[in-house]
Amino acid sequence: MLKITNMNVYYGNIYAIKDVSFDVGEGEIVTLIGANGAGKSTILKTISGLLRSKTGSISFAGEEISHTASHTIVKRGLAHVPEGRRVFLQMSVKENLEMGHYTQPGGTMDERIAQVYDKFPRLKERRRQLAGTLSGGEQQMLAMGRALMSRPKLLMLDEPSMGLAPLLVEQIFEIIKELNAAGVTILLVEQNANMALAVAHRGYVLETGRIVTTDNAAALLQDDAVRKAYLGG
Amino acid sequence: MKQFHIPMPVRYGMNTILIIALLLVGHLLMESGVLPRAHANNVIQVGFFIILAVSLNLTAGYLGQLPLGHAGFMAVGAYVGAIFWRSGLLPDGASIVVGLLFAGLVAALFGVMIGIPALRLRGDYLAIITLGFGEMIRVLINNIPTVTGGAQGLLGIPRHSSFLVVYICVVITCVAVHMLMKSRHGRAILSIRENEIAAESCGINTTYYKVMAFAFSAFFAGVAGALFAGNLGILVPGEFGFMTSINILMIVVLGGMGSMAGAVIAAAILTSLPLVMQGLAHFHVISYLPGASEHIVRYILQWIAQHRMIIYALLLIIAMIAKPTGLLGNYDFSLSRILEKLIRRRNVGKAEKGGADHG
Repeated sequence: MLKITNMNVYYGNIYAIKDVSFDVGEGEIVTLIGANGAGKSTILKTISGLLRSKTGSISFAGEEISHTASHTIVKRGLAHVPEGRRVFLQMSVKENLEMGHYTQPGGTMDERIAQVYDKFPRLKERRRQLAGTLSGGEQQMLAMGRALMSRPKLLMLDEPSMGLAPLLVEQIFEIIKELNAAGVTILLVEQNANMALAVAHRGYVLETGRIVTTDNAAALLQDDAVRKAYLGG
Repeated sequence: MKQFHIPMPVRYGMNTILIIALLLVGHLLMESGVLPRAHANNVIQVGFFIILAVSLNLTAGYLGQLPLGHAGFMAVGAYVGAIFWRSGLLPDGASIVVGLLFAGLVAALFGVMIGIPALRLRGDYLAIITLGFGEMIRVLINNIPTVTGGAQGLLGIPRHSSFLVVYICVVITCVAVHMLMKSRHGRAILSIRENEIAAESCGINTTYYKVMAFAFSAFFAGVAGALFAGNLGILVPGEFGFMTSINILMIVVLGGMGSMAGAVIAAAILTSLPLVMQGLAHFHVISYLPGASEHIVRYILQWIAQHRMIIYALLLIIAMIAKPTGLLGNYDFSLSRILEKLIRRRNVGKAEKGGADHG
């Protein structure tokens, strides 16, 4: 469904992503794990068109998107939940969700909002509240709900567990599994490798801008090198 | 209990009646000669400052940028309008409309031109390049005397800015900006202010909307500029200096970034301040004050009238300390909402009374 070949990304003179190639199959949960600064978020930003790769190709659902403007990529069914829960703080929960529906045809919005409320009952309770007054976990749910409003075929999540209490992290990962079961393909970027590998089908390990290992999630969990580097021995 | 709502057609009707009533009252006051000349002129000035503030609010308030070159767009509109009117190509009535549109469109073109490079910048950097742009326009006007009259000024501009014309322009500006902000485009603009990356990830073309906001803002600034030219009858480039931009920004900040009602009220207060102080200084009641205090009070009032920039600055400092969001924050006035509240309260009152009677 998503195929990246030879991605090379630079921040000015800094060579951030070095010849990265990977793919995400339909219905999969694929995770990119790696330490701080390994380039995980950079890869997601490049896929969604916020940054550009110097070389190679990004193909999504059979179409080349490496030169497509980022707002049209969303329309094609690739949604990005950026790092750090970027919700519209001064808008209400419902308004945030409405913004997520921006690329979709009118008339289907209320139905879609109801579906998102089903998935996240907490958001329904707080629909009139300003997003800025939500807790971190609720904001993460809102960011995910907003991305779901655009009916994505592929959902890219950037560090959904960042800064959340362990209990909430589990909840979020539970929801990720449910979404996947409902047919959404997921590309998950995480520092919390344990949790990520527990829900994912496959994983890629990233180290300073390069993919060093790839395998089934279960195998990676057992891999000695990975355990040492990311799972605390 | 279902909350009471006034239906949309009634709302529009009410607002239309209010607008027409204000127009009639204003027109009567202005034309009957009840208002002294200085006051009448002040009303006109309030009018184009409202347009300037409401249009700047689009970029400074709703889009969340800090442009400091609003006087530049105003200058473009002023000169385009003035030159068109002086040419006398069209009969008076049509000339006014076409001249205003033309002034707005050329200013909007400049808005797009400044908007595109400015997109790459934000915050202080954007402020600096828009500031530079404003100054560039002024210097340019100064240096092409064959077209603009240069530093000597452009004379003999037809006095087209009657109360009626200015009032209609103010209403059109406010309604247009209001409708824009209520539309999905307005939402997109607001979301860029809130969080640009999130807006982008919702599929909003942030580049497009930023340029659009700049263009709209410049359009209305251009119209205000033309009105300014048609009011004075003379244009000199010095009128469109940096301080004018700052003046407009001050109105927006004081009124509340992102509040149209705030911009309107602040424009009225700040523009009328010198005249009001002057008026107070000559007010009869002051002569009843005991001894020297009469002179002191008069002196203070006159001083304020003459040094309005100091007062503006003071007001701004006080506002930033006491209410950093401006007079109205991002509250916006809605006649219908106020009426709805009143009616609801009355209904609740009745219901309680009814309950007491029965109990």
